[in-house]
Amino acid sequence: MSDHEYVPKSKFGKWFNDRLPLLSLASHLTDYPTPKNLNYWWTFGGILTFCLITQIVTGLTLAMHYIAHADMAFESVEHIMRDVNYGWLIRYIHSNGASMFFLAVYIHIFRSLFYGSYKSPREVIWIIGIIIYLLMMAAAFMGYVLPWGQMSFWGATVITNLFSAIPLVGEGIVTWLWGGYSVDNPTLTRFFTLHYLIPFLILGLVVLHIWALHVPGNNNPVGIDVKKPSKDTVPFHPYIVIKDGFALLMFMIVFAFFIFYTPNILGHADNYIEADPLVTPAHIVPEWYLLPFYAILRSVPDKLLGVVAMLSAILILAALPWLDTSKIRSAVFRPLYKQFYWILVADVLILGYVGAMPAEGLYLLIARVATAYYFLHFLVILPVLGLKEKTLPIPLSITESVLGGSPNLATAKNKESLNN
Amino acid sequence: MSEKKTNRRDFLFTATYAVGAVGVGATVWPMIDQMNPDASVKALASTEVDVSSVSPGKTITVLWRGKPVFIRRRTEEEITEAKSVKLEDLKDPQKDEDRAKNPEWLVMLGVCTHLGCVPLDQKGDYNGWFCPCHGSHYDISGRIRKGPAPTNMEVPKYEFVNANTIKIG
Repeated sequence: MSDHEYVPKSKFGKWFNDRLPLLSLASHLTDYPTPKNLNYWWTFGGILTFCLITQIVTGLTLAMHYIAHADMAFESVEHIMRDVNYGWLIRYIHSNGASMFFLAVYIHIFRSLFYGSYKSPREVIWIIGIIIYLLMMAAAFMGYVLPWGQMSFWGATVITNLFSAIPLVGEGIVTWLWGGYSVDNPTLTRFFTLHYLIPFLILGLVVLHIWALHVPGNNNPVGIDVKKPSKDTVPFHPYIVIKDGFALLMFMIVFAFFIFYTPNILGHADNYIEADPLVTPAHIVPEWYLLPFYAILRSVPDKLLGVVAMLSAILILAALPWLDTSKIRSAVFRPLYKQFYWILVADVLILGYVGAMPAEGLYLLIARVATAYYFLHFLVILPVLGLKEKTLPIPLSITESVLGGSPNLATAKNKESLNN
Repeated sequence: MSEKKTNRRDFLFTATYAVGAVGVGATVWPMIDQMNPDASVKALASTEVDVSSVSPGKTITVLWRGKPVFIRRRTEEEITEAKSVKLEDLKDPQKDEDRAKNPEWLVMLGVCTHLGCVPLDQKGDYNGWFCPCHGSHYDISGRIRKGPAPTNMEVPKYEFVNANTIKIG
């Protein structure tokens, strides 16, 4: 909480605040000191909050018209699209909103990777973030099942069958998940329940994520600690509120473009065919945001090991604060890490691309190399790099780096030569 | 209190934890088990199929427990071909005789053992089935020959009620 003791001006405010310190909390949030060198990559936290609220509001309204039954789900979605007032708009916001949510979360995660935001003392913020990301994937997957189209049905079949790879109890777990001997009505109703529940779990975790953030405060582009007391920070309101607001507007333009001009481009045409347990679509492909992990799954020729590799690819992120041994947070001062960072970005994009392609021939070979590199980056390159890399001198304070221009390599070098 | 010795209070603690654990388990189990197949799903456990109209070289697909079951009336050549395969060539070695009690009729779950897609009839490199999802090839006995699937397509429990009727399940 804030260093200074907040006292409400009005008599009633003081009376209320003594009993429930909501006004103190509001005061803490508006005065919250933020590093003054935050760039636009730091606006995605606010954008993600907007995405979550958008999904909850549109999801609640869709749930008023949707019917979670295998015989009626597909029709009820078409009913929403054709009959319900603005149903098409609400559904398109919700379905494209999922993609926008993942777009924002990937930028948010890669911002952390570049600026070392996951490092001490912010490990708990990072791990809560990974849990939120896992829950987002579960929610997105189950939400995709609800329209009960061909991709819904067969996506659900393939993903739930991943659990059958577990030795001995696998088949039992799959039957338990399905509530039957195949994906059917019991599967749909429980997926709907969980899809409704998960966003509220995410909301709770977001509160913890922000709470944990407000203990050490924000990381920043130069990755050094804020000096207290100093001119390194500005209050959250109005400075960051305005900056976040502007970035959110830009983001909403992209969002609106998808909704109004090409609402189905991120989906699959097969999902406009009602689920048929007797016919599998020719190409089963998950939504774009899951493709890198799908590529990792398919690159391993063994069923169980493929599943293990896919899960490890996500869970390895939770160990990142300890795998990265470098004391320097920001990639700005880590010339080698910066290059490996961009190789990792390219590697994940390549995995995403081959995940959408058939798993054969050259695509399979590329997927295998890219999968191997992904694990190499986290398990070998990061631990070794932190010990071997010669980092650049970091600025003495945020104010110094701001007054000296943008915190980039050239500036840092200039400073070095000036100092000499 | 420096003496480290079991007394009556320790016994009470242990007994409380034990009873508590049983109570929690007994409360949680119904919440977990309610997700297992219910009585109405289990009631659909068997299906009878009239196969009198199936001519040799044709496959029909029926739905059993929400899953497709392939029933193929195989031709003489297909039976010979299925029987001629050497067991060493198979990823999941199984004799054709063990899969089709009556060699004319092959009854199996039309579910790829990789990740559960439905393979296509008379496709693939072995004149049997081909799974379009991840490229598994099955022969005319439904045995895995090439691709990521670990095992042959499953043969369910079935019996001929009479010459024209198969009861699956």
